[in-house]
Amino acid sequence: MFDDPAVWLPVAFAALMGLSILIYVILDGYDLGVGILFPIARAEERDRMVASIGPFWDANETWLVLAVGLLLVAFPVAHGAILSALYLPVTVMLIALIMRGVAFEFRAKAEAGWKPTWDRVFFAGSLLTALSQGYMLGLYVMGLDRSLATVGFGLVTAVCVAAGYTLMGATWLIIKTDGDLQRRAVRRARVALVLTMIGFAVISVVTPLVSARIFDRWFSLPEFLFLSPLPLMALVLATVVWVVLANQPHARDRFAWVPFAGSAGIFTLAFFGLAYSFYPFIVPDRLTIYAAASAPESLIIILVGALVVVPVIVAYSAFSYWVFRGKATDLRYD
Amino acid sequence: MDPILLARIQFGANISFHILFPTITIALGWALVFFKLRYRATQDLKWMDVYHFWVKIFALSFALGVVSGITMSFQFGTNWPGFMERVGNVAGPLLAYEVLTAFFLEAVFLGIMLFGFRKVPGWVHTLATVLVAGATTLSAFWIIVLNSWMHTPAGFEIRNGVVHATNWMEIIFNPSMPYRLTHMLLASGLTTAFLIAGLSAYRWLRDDRSPAVLAALRFGVGCAAILIPLQIFVGDMHGLNTLEHQPQKVAAMEGNWETGPAKPLILFALPDEATRSNRFEIGIPYGASLVLKHDPQGVVPGLNDFEGRHPPVAPVFFAFRIMIGVGLLMLAVSWVAAWWLWRRGDPHPWLARALVGMTFSGWLATLAGWYVTEIGRQPWLVTGVLRTSEAVSAVPAAMIAATLAAYLVVYVLLLAAYVATLFLLARKGAKPQSIETGPTTHPNAFVAAE
Repeated sequence: MFDDPAVWLPVAFAALMGLSILIYVILDGYDLGVGILFPIARAEERDRMVASIGPFWDANETWLVLAVGLLLVAFPVAHGAILSALYLPVTVMLIALIMRGVAFEFRAKAEAGWKPTWDRVFFAGSLLTALSQGYMLGLYVMGLDRSLATVGFGLVTAVCVAAGYTLMGATWLIIKTDGDLQRRAVRRARVALVLTMIGFAVISVVTPLVSARIFDRWFSLPEFLFLSPLPLMALVLATVVWVVLANQPHARDRFAWVPFAGSAGIFTLAFFGLAYSFYPFIVPDRLTIYAAASAPESLIIILVGALVVVPVIVAYSAFSYWVFRGKATDLRYD
Repeated sequence: MDPILLARIQFGANISFHILFPTITIALGWALVFFKLRYRATQDLKWMDVYHFWVKIFALSFALGVVSGITMSFQFGTNWPGFMERVGNVAGPLLAYEVLTAFFLEAVFLGIMLFGFRKVPGWVHTLATVLVAGATTLSAFWIIVLNSWMHTPAGFEIRNGVVHATNWMEIIFNPSMPYRLTHMLLASGLTTAFLIAGLSAYRWLRDDRSPAVLAALRFGVGCAAILIPLQIFVGDMHGLNTLEHQPQKVAAMEGNWETGPAKPLILFALPDEATRSNRFEIGIPYGASLVLKHDPQGVVPGLNDFEGRHPPVAPVFFAFRIMIGVGLLMLAVSWVAAWWLWRRGDPHPWLARALVGMTFSGWLATLAGWYVTEIGRQPWLVTGVLRTSEAVSAVPAAMIAATLAAYLVVYVLLLAAYVATLFLLARKGAKPQSIETGPTTHPNAFVAAE
């Protein structure tokens, strides 16, 4: 079956796109989360929070461009169908991303009197981005239908994703800050963890009820046996994060990285659960990745490029994280 | 309102806002490389001062370019679903290579360039600056390849109404690409040169007369004076290339209705598509034939040969005149300024005021030029392959209108904030030590201070 490029190419591109989305959610998740946590910080602490994400946010956001780009080039029909159905939340997200992105620069460079305003824009942009992405997730799970019930569910998932990003942001701050700010980040991380887990539970319960196809896929043997470790592992990870958080902040920052890694792990498990549930559909229950894929000869050219370039991207991204390792200092452009 | 027109206005508004910032960062990135290398060669601290002032403007412009660019990646699909469905096999790989080879490179090394000055050795920081500049140029290369292919498609065949790539070298090096790319890179160079000259002249007028300000002023004026004749030459070649491949666009630019010999170069007119003629025409006899055919009796194509298949005449006609007018003004101001600075060493106040007035002239010329070429391609989205009306989305007109209004409000506010911040930074630059973000003494002073 995998001799035929028309079969394996769409799978390869779905996998590549899924990987980009997952990396985006984890990476932009933590910097959006830091923005959502802006209100817990005093004005002078905010510079340190921004400094902890300043060198990374632009590259993090590029994973979204890659994911949408892959959707556009590999599954053009699905790109049109999904994004047209989500036109309004997409617009809200784009404007929120614009406002948050420029606030990074304006808050440091504009007239000093405007700084509190740009700080509020930074917070609002981060929060709205997270909420709109969560809302889109909810509508996608609901098969992109808009009714009172699906919009209600979208609002629930909006809050869940915002809580999840807050968790990533708070656990990132535990690694990158110290003192009073770090202590407050630990407290917010606990609340966010609880909310995130409730959110995942709600999505897990509702998803199979919406789609008979997903219900069958989850609750038939032997699939049930492959799938059941996912929520169990997520629960184990959440417990580990909870226990480690109880001992944070630690004087020598022992295990300070665990909550962040554990939270990223929970996101990864949830992502695989969703991917498993929807495969091979790219527009839920309407369009499969095979029906939506572009011509094989063009996909091959992109795939070759991606296989050469993505390892290089990962390498120099790792270099950048190594350069900016350790606690964040005050923001400076020098 | 017509949904096609709304979708075009929305896409046009977004891409017009977006293009302002890459137009600055492509060339400003290389200018920063130049400032760093000058410092390394001369050990003269004024070059580090120049670098640290302009790297802030680079960061701000880059952020605006990035976030407005993300909008584009979504709107390709939401506003023009037919585009990817019909020509996605060509457009897709070009867009994917832009993201893979350029976007990540510039984003990651921008972090090191902006925040890593004290964290990496000097040569790594210079390398990061070179990589950021190179990646912005590479990004321009890929998107211009795609845009040029939409004007002069090559290297493909159509099967079942869908474009399939047959020869990637022909696609990449399509007939208009070399001209368009050179024209755009020079436009970026000129925009940045006048921005640097304008803000430096502004600082000069506010009595900030440090060696760094004068060095930047001379750099900006010098670049402008060298680049503008090159741009006029390349622009002429680009026009002749367009005459060969898209004669209807050139006919609209010239406001020429009837094909024929000995056509005048029209300086001003009001083109009227209802009567298919010009009102209030003022022209130079034989001018158009001379410019386009290099022969006073040369036969120049007219719009009536393309009835129903040519672009709306008035916007192309006027945008072309704005571009040419700004270009000639650039030539005059930059040459007078270069001559004066060469003879006198520092600017006359009136000259400085003229340069301040020209600060954003590059934006005006670039936008006008893009309107000429993009509106000039209508009614086609991809010349001869796909009409714009065939690619439009099913999103309701009211929805497009509402989101368009939201985008416009955001763009106007951000543009105002951007311009205000640039002049604010120029005023702050007048007071050394007052900026929280940049060293004004020796770059290693921070290491000693820690």
